Amino acid sequence: MKLLGNRTRIVSVLMAVVAVLLTACDRMVWNNPYPAHDEGENILYNVFTERPKHLDPVQSYSANEIQFTAQIYQPPLQYHYLKRPFTLIPYTAAAMPTVTYYDYDDYPLPDDIEVDEIAYTQYEISIKPGIFYQPHPAFAKNDQDEWLYHQLGDDQLVSVYQLSDFPATGTRELTAHDYIYQIKRLAHPRLHSPIYGLMADYIVGLRDFAGVLREAQNSERANGAFLDLNAYPLEGVEVVDDYTYRIKINKKYPQFIYWLAMPFFAPIPWEADQFYSQKGLIEKNISLDWYPVGTGPYMLTENNPNLRMVLEKNPNFYGEFYPEEGMPQDYMNGLLIDAGKAIPFIDKIVYSREREGIPRWNKFLQGYYDASGIGSDSFDQAVQLVGQGEATVTEAMAKQGIRLETTVAVSTFYIGFNMLDPVVGGGGTEESRSAARKLRQAISIAVDYEEFISIFANGRGLPAHGPIAPGVPGHRYGKEGVNTVVYNWVDDEPQRKSIQIARRLLAEAGYPNGIDRRTGAPLVLYYDVTARSSEDRSMLDWMRKQFQKLNIQLVVRSTDYNRFQDKIRKGNAQIFEWGWHADYPDPENFLFLLYGPQRKVGNTSGSAANNAANYNNPEYDHLFEQMKDMDNGSARQVIIDQMVDILRQDAPWLWGYHPKEYGLYHEWYKNVKPNRISNNNVKYYRIDTDLREQKRQEWNKPVLWPIVLVIIIVTIGLFPAIAAYRRHESSRGIQNVQTDSN
Amino acid sequence: MLSYIIRRVLYAIPILIGVNLLTFALFFVVNTPDDMARMQLGIKYVTPEAIEKWKAERGYDKPLLFNEGQIGLDKLTQTIFFEKSVAMFRFDFGRSDEGRDIGFEIKSRMLPSFAIALPVFVLGLISYITFALIMVFFRATYIDFWGVVLCVALMSISSLFYIIAGQFLISKLWHLVPISGFGTGLDAVKFLILPVIIGVISSAGANTRWYRTIFLEEMGKEYVRTARAKGLSEHLVLFKHVLRNALIPILTGAVVLVPLLFLGSLIVESFFGIPGLGSYTIDAINSQDFAIVRAMVFLGSVLYIVGLILTDISYTLVDPRIRLN
Repeated sequence: MKLLGNRTRIVSVLMAVVAVLLTACDRMVWNNPYPAHDEGENILYNVFTERPKHLDPVQSYSANEIQFTAQIYQPPLQYHYLKRPFTLIPYTAAAMPTVTYYDYDDYPLPDDIEVDEIAYTQYEISIKPGIFYQPHPAFAKNDQDEWLYHQLGDDQLVSVYQLSDFPATGTRELTAHDYIYQIKRLAHPRLHSPIYGLMADYIVGLRDFAGVLREAQNSERANGAFLDLNAYPLEGVEVVDDYTYRIKINKKYPQFIYWLAMPFFAPIPWEADQFYSQKGLIEKNISLDWYPVGTGPYMLTENNPNLRMVLEKNPNFYGEFYPEEGMPQDYMNGLLIDAGKAIPFIDKIVYSREREGIPRWNKFLQGYYDASGIGSDSFDQAVQLVGQGEATVTEAMAKQGIRLETTVAVSTFYIGFNMLDPVVGGGGTEESRSAARKLRQAISIAVDYEEFISIFANGRGLPAHGPIAPGVPGHRYGKEGVNTVVYNWVDDEPQRKSIQIARRLLAEAGYPNGIDRRTGAPLVLYYDVTARSSEDRSMLDWMRKQFQKLNIQLVVRSTDYNRFQDKIRKGNAQIFEWGWHADYPDPENFLFLLYGPQRKVGNTSGSAANNAANYNNPEYDHLFEQMKDMDNGSARQVIIDQMVDILRQDAPWLWGYHPKEYGLYHEWYKNVKPNRISNNNVKYYRIDTDLREQKRQEWNKPVLWPIVLVIIIVTIGLFPAIAAYRRHESSRGIQNVQTDSN
Repeated sequence: MLSYIIRRVLYAIPILIGVNLLTFALFFVVNTPDDMARMQLGIKYVTPEAIEKWKAERGYDKPLLFNEGQIGLDKLTQTIFFEKSVAMFRFDFGRSDEGRDIGFEIKSRMLPSFAIALPVFVLGLISYITFALIMVFFRATYIDFWGVVLCVALMSISSLFYIIAGQFLISKLWHLVPISGFGTGLDAVKFLILPVIIGVISSAGANTRWYRTIFLEEMGKEYVRTARAKGLSEHLVLFKHVLRNALIPILTGAVVLVPLLFLGSLIVESFFGIPGLGSYTIDAINSQDFAIVRAMVFLGSVLYIVGLILTDISYTLVDPRIRLN
């Protein structure tokens, strides 16, 4: 009876627990990773996988860094959000820069003057008045107009662990001086700007200025003083007035205007530099590299790159509006519904760190991330091909209201031939170079990149016909853009040439059926890669089979990334995989990858070398030098066509493919037009928060039967255990002794 | 006891030098200072001049272990190894290659690692001992048999499987807790439930079997027979005598782990997005940040040695026959 009573009590408690759980789950979700007070707030939930190393605009360059800095800092120019091809428009600038060419006697020259006569180019930029910095302690002053935090004592730093621990903040108006200050920072001896080497070739006096700063720092470091860049003049920059400044560029460098749309040329207030240079703050890891100071639509309010980074609306930002014009399809896609409205729309952006793909993907499906990329393991779950190979979301995704947005990246993945290699590069004589060219052409035909894209990229790519990516001026579409060395134009589309043609070329190169005519030995080529995963192994097997079509034996030399880079730098690779993502939408940024003076081996220019194939063709180099200083137009296109044609014939690269980027977006995520050139796009996005809350509730109702089941199993298991224990305890010891002795 | 501890601490010095040397050698076999500079500066527009400057600023422009260009003792001291190692013995970990204070980072990341590791350790210890005792209590019965089968099955499964299966079932299908993430204060609890459950279950098989073996060995001893002979109940025999006498091997395995709880778990932190020291180490390895890697290896070695000393001390507490001298 007692046991029965206990059971009744236990069952009653269980029922009560179940009832409570069921009631609770109707009202709330349990797996929401965000704090309850954020529910229904106008927040964009995003994700990042790799922690940013630098947020100082003079140093940050990687895509994972620029996704933050581009929202915080305001360079003078930006790209139009909707227009294609990419179009630069003023950002903080009142108008596009005035570009004037000068001769060696400082006289202005007409715009159509020959490049050789230009001594320097002057960019004059006027910025809009009334732009203010985000609230920041570096600007805080007391009633006597003295800086509050520019000379921090130990007592003030005791309770400071992060920037938000400073109780007072201030702001001030953006001036032209701040842009000049940042340009000087490119040469700062303590900072390592990745573009310093490049800019030192162009900005007048920047290299000498770096030397001056180095000396100044060495003397000032002894005194522990702040290196005030305002005290050191730089020849190539000039402040005209508080809202106007000038930059002088050696000779002519039309691509410089694209750099003016990058955070490298965003303003930095000297107050911030002085504030962050204090020893006490450095010791606490509080630096400009960690806590940016900008005038942009957002400001960084939490920086814990191991967990979460949070951007919040800059209360001092105003005066920018959603674009009122775009491409015809933008109207159809509803991208101009918000035309003319003040931006940004979103109050806060929470970037959560997710290192692993599984939690990232599942949280997206649960509605806790507003957008997601597509990993190869979830591709089939997310995307299906319909009609003429057009990609769309699967039924399950469509049911959840998820949509797919695609864009072709301004990137290229290619396989390079080391032109210094005697087999694939040719060597000294015209005959051997011609034979090597035919070998490269034969391989270009044999390696079927259409198949590669289908198998290994899930169709996410376009076979390349040259180095320039689609969307960049100079890229040709359709029949005009076909690489006639590799393709024929059949039925209005390119068709890869037959393997027989490749074999014929191979024979002409001196390797009939893959056998070296001189030695009678099979042709063996070496492919250098950085292999990482099992997926890479199948990719390498596929590549071997492509070469096998020509009876060429491909030996894969897989190394770690450091060794691989070392081989490329020293010219020890024969065939290698490589890629490039453009910095700006100009053909120069692709074509310079094959410019002779940029070659990796034998580069004595002191500047960075990006010609990994060590391609060196005087005719091509001459055309490049002409093309790089020209404005876009038909004359430039003619030269680009000639250059691309030379490259196709010479085939220093196996052209590979231009990747297509696929992104999935929930239906509440509005105004998305993806691209990889302009990065300050978050201000245009809008979130329907009510819809998101409703869907999250719908998709994440807790399933309680497993808990109930566990409780029941444990309870049921307890009864026989207790009974067995009692039996054991009440048994007679003498029996145990007898049993033991048995 | 004091002299024993001092002696053990002195023994630790050559061990730490050896560990440091090994870490140094292994790291620089794979990475050169030039590689490290390129990793920090990027590869797009970096110039040879920038690489040299980066190395000089961080002291990576010197020879690795032996400086031919110097005279006397400077041949050894003017090297990367010496300069990077000496400060660590003062627990001054210096700054990471990207310029942040490592000591500060370690302090701030220790807590999230500890928040996961402590409950896993305590709950694990309690549950493994409990289950082992139950199996011993019901030894040679079907409960013991199926318990051992279950333990072997649990041991045979990869810990990664537990993580993926746990996230799939508990978070994705049943929506009971967040899949990953971390919070502060009470908010952290919902993020800890799943990794703690998985942490406990994934080690249950091996540990329960280990404790069962220890208890069974004790059960065969004379004092157990005596205890039974004087009429003690079986649970008193188990808890008052067997458990107490089995504490030394249990402590050997458990106390040594206590200091290491601060170091976190590489895989768990990575999958659950825990901002602890495990993920800090992984990030450092990925970004070739030697300063952080050597600091973490050094810290791990120190904590392990501390754990071993604590284990020795704990013996004296549970067994009055043991004296540290």
